[in-house]
Amino acid sequence: MRGLTLHRVQGHGGETERVETYRGTTVKMELSEKVRLEIGVSDHFVLPTVNAILSAARTGAVGDGKIFVLPVEKVYRIRTAEEDQAAVTPVG
Amino acid sequence: MQQKQILLDSAQVVCYPPPDMNPADIAWMLVATALVLLMTPALGFFYGGLVRSKNALNTMMMSVSALGFVGVGWALAGYSIAFAPGNALTGDMSRALLHGVGLEAQGTIPHVLFFSYQGTFAIITAALISGAIVERMRFGPYLAFLFLWGIAVYAPVAHWVWGGGWLSRLGALDFAGGTVVHVNAAAAALVAAVVLAPRKDFARQAILPHNVPFTLLGAGLLWFGWFGFNAGSALGANASAALAFTNTMLAPVATLVAWTLLDLLRSAKATAVGAATAIVVGLVAITPAAGFVSPVSALLLGAAAAFPSYYALLWRARTRLDDSLDVVAAHGVGGTVGALLTGVLAQKSWNGVADGALFGNPRQLAIQAVAVLAVALYSAGSTWGILKLVALFARVRATAREEGLGLDVTQHGEEAYGSGEGAILVLREGGGSELPLSGPVLAPGGGAS
Repeated sequence: MRGLTLHRVQGHGGETERVETYRGTTVKMELSEKVRLEIGVSDHFVLPTVNAILSAARTGAVGDGKIFVLPVEKVYRIRTAEEDQAAVTPVG
Repeated sequence: MQQKQILLDSAQVVCYPPPDMNPADIAWMLVATALVLLMTPALGFFYGGLVRSKNALNTMMMSVSALGFVGVGWALAGYSIAFAPGNALTGDMSRALLHGVGLEAQGTIPHVLFFSYQGTFAIITAALISGAIVERMRFGPYLAFLFLWGIAVYAPVAHWVWGGGWLSRLGALDFAGGTVVHVNAAAAALVAAVVLAPRKDFARQAILPHNVPFTLLGAGLLWFGWFGFNAGSALGANASAALAFTNTMLAPVATLVAWTLLDLLRSAKATAVGAATAIVVGLVAITPAAGFVSPVSALLLGAAAAFPSYYALLWRARTRLDDSLDVVAAHGVGGTVGALLTGVLAQKSWNGVADGALFGNPRQLAIQAVAVLAVALYSAGSTWGILKLVALFARVRATAREEGLGLDVTQHGEEAYGSGEGAILVLREGGGSELPLSGPVLAPGGGAS
């Protein structure tokens, strides 16, 4: 698996909120910095990809995040106009 | 009316300024003191830009807090240990809490001004250490360390060299603190980095500077302040100050050129972090020599200082030593090179004090080496002792989780670059409601007056 897209997002899971104080103003920060990965792979790469994330992103604390596995209807590689499986197969 | 009153008082009480003081000296030293004080927040920017964004405030606070905690220690006892009469190793406590530090002349300036000027040195010296231990030390223990270090390490060393202690009697030359400030801080930094142990991500992940422009800004402000540091060390508006000032310009310009050429030769890229580092290395190296060597020697010294520090940096990055912002390579190596070259390049025709090895006095080089070694050993040993002492009372190292979240949020409850999204105002008094209110989101800092 070689290709991925990364977004820096803000989110809220079950983790406890941080309390911050700026002079007299105390605030509860309900959103935390999160990273969202989008990874398109062919079927037999799904499990290895999931396992890689499970082992690397796990701290054991609430708020580690979730992995959603979704079906994809159609994939095109723009450069070559390849479709589906060929479009997500890394170039040798 | 007010002026009249002052004139009257002056005539009757102290005849201001007293004949043994020099108004030009006083004016310059007032400015120089402010310049050196500015170096500490400048150091905060220099260091702050080099760490990750989640630790930016913590790193800058490590410098800013030194203004407070070292400054108070200086008034309580540090100044007395450094500059009160005493024995060869330490001053006595006769000047504690500014006792006897008044408007009388100390040299050609008021004693209180001399006290303030020297205090700004204590502050930045302690702050320099923080570069070796960023991104992993709990803040309370750090403050305790700062306070104790300023009194127990900086002050005695300043006494040895500037307060009439054994190194000054030996004839060690240290114009503005190559040994007292830079070797001293770097030896402490080395020990602190070892005692604190590497950051959890060290040598596992790329740890990159989050704001290189901050680092350049810090380097620029440090250079500006350093004119007060070096030229102010003449303690007057005189020719020695002019020489130190010129050398403070010439050494870093040469270091910058040498460093840039090394960068270009090694990787074909002149780096900005490298330029900022080069400026600091050049300033460090000229510090002990500033008022003792000729301008051409300063140029030479600055260029020569680039090489050992450049290669020390490259070497350090391949070791297990997490001296995170390379205090040892910049201040330890640079300070040592400067102190030794002072013993080589000093010229009596310029300084009226002593010649160096190149001008027929090889003994000076040996004296310089003794000073560097003695200060490094004392600083290393007592820094280790202070850290172990603080560790008896509190956990010194941040947990892996605190390091992961960043020390800004975990130590200070603030973020350097928070967007304010998702911030809910907590109402503590009055309405009695602990429920989060919906409504306008508060931008950090924006809501407070």
